[in-house]
Parts: sequence; C-alpha cells; structure tokens
Amino acid sequence: MASIAQPSSGLGQTVRKSLPAYGFLSPWLIGLFCLTAGPVLASLYLSFTNFDLIQTPRWVGTANYERIFTNDPKFIAAMKVTFTYVLLSVPFKLAFALMLAMALNRGIQGLSIYRAIFYLPSLLGASVAIAVLWRQVFAGDGLLNAVLKWAFGYQGPSWISNPDYALYTLVSLSIWQFGSPMIIFLAGLRQIPQDMYEAASLDGAGPMRQMFKITLPLLTPVIFFNGVIQTIEAFKAFTPAFIVSEGTGGPVDSTMFYTLYLYLEGFAYLRMGYASALAWVLVVIIAFFTAFSFLSAKYWVHYDD
Amino acid sequence: MARVDLKNVRKSYGTVPVIHGVDLTIEDGEFVVFVGPSGCGKSTLLRMIAGLEEINGGDILIEGERMNAVPPAKRGIAMVFQSYALYPHMSVRKNLSFGLETARAPKAEIEAKVAKAAEILRIEHLLDRKPKQLSGGQRQRVAIGRAIVREPRLFLFDEPLSNLDAELRVQMRVEIAKLHSDLGTSMVYVTHDQVEAMTLADKIVVLHGGVIEQVGSPLDLYNNPANIFVAGFIGSPRMNFFKGKAVAGKTLALEMAGTVIPVPLTPPAGLTDVVLGVRPEHISIGGTDGVLLGRATIDIVEQLGGQTIAYGRFADGQNVTIVCEGQKQIAHKQEVELRALPTLLHAFDGTEKRITA
Ligand SMILES: Nc1ncnc2c1ncn2[C@@H]1O[C@H](COP(=O)(O)OP(=O)(O)OP(=O)(O)O)[C@@H](O)[C@H]1O
Ligand SMILES: [Mg+2]
Repeated sequence: MASIAQPSSGLGQTVRKSLPAYGFLSPWLIGLFCLTAGPVLASLYLSFTNFDLIQTPRWVGTANYERIFTNDPKFIAAMKVTFTYVLLSVPFKLAFALMLAMALNRGIQGLSIYRAIFYLPSLLGASVAIAVLWRQVFAGDGLLNAVLKWAFGYQGPSWISNPDYALYTLVSLSIWQFGSPMIIFLAGLRQIPQDMYEAASLDGAGPMRQMFKITLPLLTPVIFFNGVIQTIEAFKAFTPAFIVSEGTGGPVDSTMFYTLYLYLEGFAYLRMGYASALAWVLVVIIAFFTAFSFLSAKYWVHYDD
Repeated sequence: MARVDLKNVRKSYGTVPVIHGVDLTIEDGEFVVFVGPSGCGKSTLLRMIAGLEEINGGDILIEGERMNAVPPAKRGIAMVFQSYALYPHMSVRKNLSFGLETARAPKAEIEAKVAKAAEILRIEHLLDRKPKQLSGGQRQRVAIGRAIVREPRLFLFDEPLSNLDAELRVQMRVEIAKLHSDLGTSMVYVTHDQVEAMTLADKIVVLHGGVIEQVGSPLDLYNNPANIFVAGFIGSPRMNFFKGKAVAGKTLALEMAGTVIPVPLTPPAGLTDVVLGVRPEHISIGGTDGVLLGRATIDIVEQLGGQTIAYGRFADGQNVTIVCEGQKQIAHKQEVELRALPTLLHAFDGTEKRITA
C-alpha cells in the first residue's frame, strides 16, 4: 500500500497555503494600509493637534472641533454651499438619469451608441480639462453668453463670477454627468420582467400608471443605491469648484465647497490639524446621511427576495 | 361569457411567419385547450386573442365585435400567465384589486369582488401577504384570483400549472375544471400536458407549426385523429405506427414483416405505402380475439402496478409498445403473438392522412 504523506500541523499548513494569495494581493494590501488606512488613522490623531505640516504636531485636545462648531463662519458658509449642492444636484441628476434611461429602454435602434454618447460626459466630467472647459463656456465672454446674444440678443452675466449663479453653474455641471447612474438605471429597468407590464396593461394601466405603480416601485433598490452613491459623491465634490473658482471658493465664498474649504485650510493656510478635524466632521455627516438612508430604506425600498 | 371567432388570423415576427391563417370558433361557455409541440405558436395565438401581440392579418371577433385594434384591457378578457406575473411589491389584496382600482371602481365594490374571489380560491388568509411569501400553488391561486375579479367574458390561461409539482397540478387541474363549471365563462387554455388537455377540454385544438391540425372533442381526437401528427400527439403512450405495403383487394390490407393484416376500410386508388396506427392499449398479447399483427420479441417490461407496459420488436425491426391492464407476467426476450380488434386499427396514406372510408 502506498504511504500517504502526513499532513503537517493545521495552522502552518493553512498559512503556507494562503501565502501565494497574500503575495498576489500585496500591492493592494500595501496600498490599503499605507496609503488609505494609515493616513486615515493619522488624520484622526492630527485632528486633535495643531499640526502645520512643518513643526511637530502638539496635542490641543478638542480645540479644533470646538472652533468648528462655535467660532467658524466659513464652516457655516461651506456647509450651506455643500448642502445646497447636494440637495439640488443629486435629485436632479437622478431624475435626469432615470428619464433618459427610460427613454433608452424603449428599445431604440442603436441603443449602445446613445448609451456611449450619454455616458461620455461622466467619463470626462470629473477631469480637470472639462472643468476648465466649463469655465470658458460659462465665463462672461464665454460660449453660453455668445449663443444667448446671438439667439435672443440677451447679454448674460458671467455665470461663474456672479455669486448668484456660480453655485448653480456647478450644479448643472454635476447634473450633466448623469451617465453612470443612467447606466445603472438602465440595467435596473432591464431586470423588470416584461410580463409585469403585460399584466398591468391587461389590468388597464396606461403608461403613467405603469410607471408609477410598476416601474418606479420595482426600481426602488436601484434608486436607493444610486441615491446613496451620488449623495456621497456630491458631498465629496472638489475638482469643479476648485477649477471654476480658481481655487478660491469665490466669488464671495459662493462656491466654497466643504472639501475646498478643507483643502484651503490644510494646504493654503497650513492648518493641517484643523483641516483634519474638518475632514472627520465630513465623515460623520456622510455617515449620518448614509445611515439615515439605510434606515429609511425599509419604508420605501422594495427588495424582491 | 362570449363567443370568439378567429378568422384567417396571421402573425409573423419580422419575415418569419409563426401563425399561418388560423380559423377557429370558441363557443360561449366553452373550454378550449390549445395543445401542440413547443414552438408551434400556442402562446402566440393566445396572446393575439389577449391583445398583447399585434396581428398581421385576419380578424379576431369577440361577441361579433372586431377586436384587432382594441387594447387588451378593453377586450373583457383576463389572462393567467405561466410565470404568474404577480406584482411583487403589492400585497395579494392589492394584486387582486389593481385592475379594479385602475378602472376607478367604487371602494365597496372592489372589496366585495376581492372578498368573493378570495373565497372561491380559499386565499382569504393570504390577502395581506406579499407574493414572495406564498408557495407556488398559492401564487397560482392569486394569479387566477386576479383574473376572476375582473369578471371577464373570456379567460386565457398560458400553461398555468407548468411550474407546479405533479400532485399540486392534479389538484389545481380539478379546481380549474370546477371554476369553469361554476362560472360558466369561456376559457382558452394552453398546455403541453395531454392529461390536462383531455380532462379539461370541451374542445381541443391541435396546433403544429402555426397551423391547426385538427379541432375536436377529446374523445373525437382520440378515436378519429385526422392524421399521423394528431394520432401521435393525443394519447399516452404514443400510438404505434407500422410501415407496410398495401395488398391489392376490395378491402384494405397491408403486409408487414410477412403478416398480412386486413383493415376494414376501402383502399383509396393508387395506394402503395400504408402506415398502420394502433394504440398501445389496443394491442393484446397472446390472445385469440382480433386480427394478428405479427410476432414480436419483448425487450423491456415495465410494471406500473395497475398497468404493464411492454416494449418489443417485430421481425423486420419495427418497434412496438403494448399496454396491458393489470400485472402481466411477460418473460424477457419472449416471442409473443400480438393481436388487435380490427375496428381499433387506423390506417394512414402516403400523405399521412387517415384513411376514413
Ligand atoms: N418575440 C418573438 N420574436 C421572434 N420569434 C418569436 C417571438 N416570440 C415567439 N417567436 C417564435 O414564434 C413561434 C411560436 O412561439 P410560441 O411562444 O407561441 O410557442 P409555444 O407554442 O407557446 O411554445 P411553448 O410550448 O414552448 O411555450 C416560435 O417558433 C418562436 O420561436
Ligand atoms: Mg408558450
């Protein structure tokens, strides 16, 4: 009888077996620990110090947080701008994405071409180049005003240097990047079985009733997913405001996004400790929003399992 | 309740025709079953009656009224889908009432109709559940309930029982039969299942490749199939078909594996090749009644308790299936004499049509 190799001690065997796996994972693991988890934890510590990027950080207790909540008008301004941005851009973007997804889902010829065209802004949108382009388009002597003048004889203001319009210009830039939620909506619409609509049409439901009673309820898991992702994205928005306002958050702080303020505190005014505290406040705000979304989900999201 | 007329109804998907001019009448209160092999167009025809599928030619009339352009909800029909197609996000109650609410029926009327349908189908205790909290059989009942509340003049069923296990199928089959006799509404029912077709139907429509092969009562199709296709499709196990050569004479006779089998029919002129059709349950082993079909060697014997099924071969290699009542002892590889009553023999000509005269 052939002898069978004795298994070596269980734990050693397991470690030896998984070693190659960890080897292959190492680039990602190193990235996670050194570039993400490390700085995250470090920033938590730094938020309790007066770190200025040059001298050794000194512990200041909760002083940074106290200042944020009691004595920082810019924080209030940034919160206002950011919340306005989130509350406007997310619903409009989702509504726009959903409408286009529904239109595309009606079995149009050349669907993939339209899908690609509509997705293009999302690929370009977050890039610096497009933000620069938008600055050109919406400037006082920009393309938009040239068109308005030519078409209606109307001399428009500078859409980015007028504090009344600047934020809304950024909101429209964000809505324009509806591509990725649209693709996800499209996938969600495809999941709804055709016979639901056939049953509904036998029940006498017209297109509107089918949309409100069948499509939207069955799409709620996707709406929920897109909502959470887009809300987080909107809270984190940085590039467009940075480029369009040339890094100032102006005019008169009208585009002072939270992340932009945080960036200025940390890298312009070298108050890294304070900036870290701001970052952690944002984390808590996002966590709160997300938790709230998940808690509310059981009242309006329909999961079919 | 309604009479439905299909007149030369046609359907193509693109350039591919799938329904080639169907003429059919469904009488008021009749239970009509569409059967046929997969892909023959049963669902398509049903969906055309429902208005879910556009028709490319011909007319569909319900109570004499042309329905071609009438939307599904206005045809006064209700359909039960194979997949049930219940609205997953609505309670059973909502599923039942959705159509009535869409039609803006008064609340009290909706409640009364839902309660009545729930009572008929014994699903009162499930009204507040969601479809995912129901078993397959319960979902099926809800799907039927949704059809009942609409009080249609015509019910359409597309393989409603095919997702249920064997036992539940039998049970639901009986319930559908009962529903039909209680409501008296016309029903069109699509199925693959022979037994469902034979037991439920007043009238069976055998479809094949988008063409109606034969329409008739279940026993009519069993006793007088129009052609080889229908003969083979109706009845289980399938009818035996034996190829033979016609023997000249006043009455039809054919020679098969050295045996001359007389069939009490008049041979049409110019008949050479004949197909003899004999149902397995009409063949007897080792008896003395009827005409001799030949001697066959038995290969396999299946004992079902109430029946014995034997599979054998004639000397020329043609297969034969025999069904005997009771538990018959048949030795393996035994050569036996097979007989059948001459009146139960069917003969088909070279075009596969049954010789009737
Ligand atoms: N949307 C469609 N586009 C193209 N061809 C189709 C379409 N729907 C059905 N067909 C074709 O039409 C024919 C009839 O289909 P149908 O669904 O009516 O068959 P069936 O008799 O119901 O079959 P089964 O018993 O498998 O349900 C089939 O050959 C099928 O391939
Ligand atoms: Mg079918």
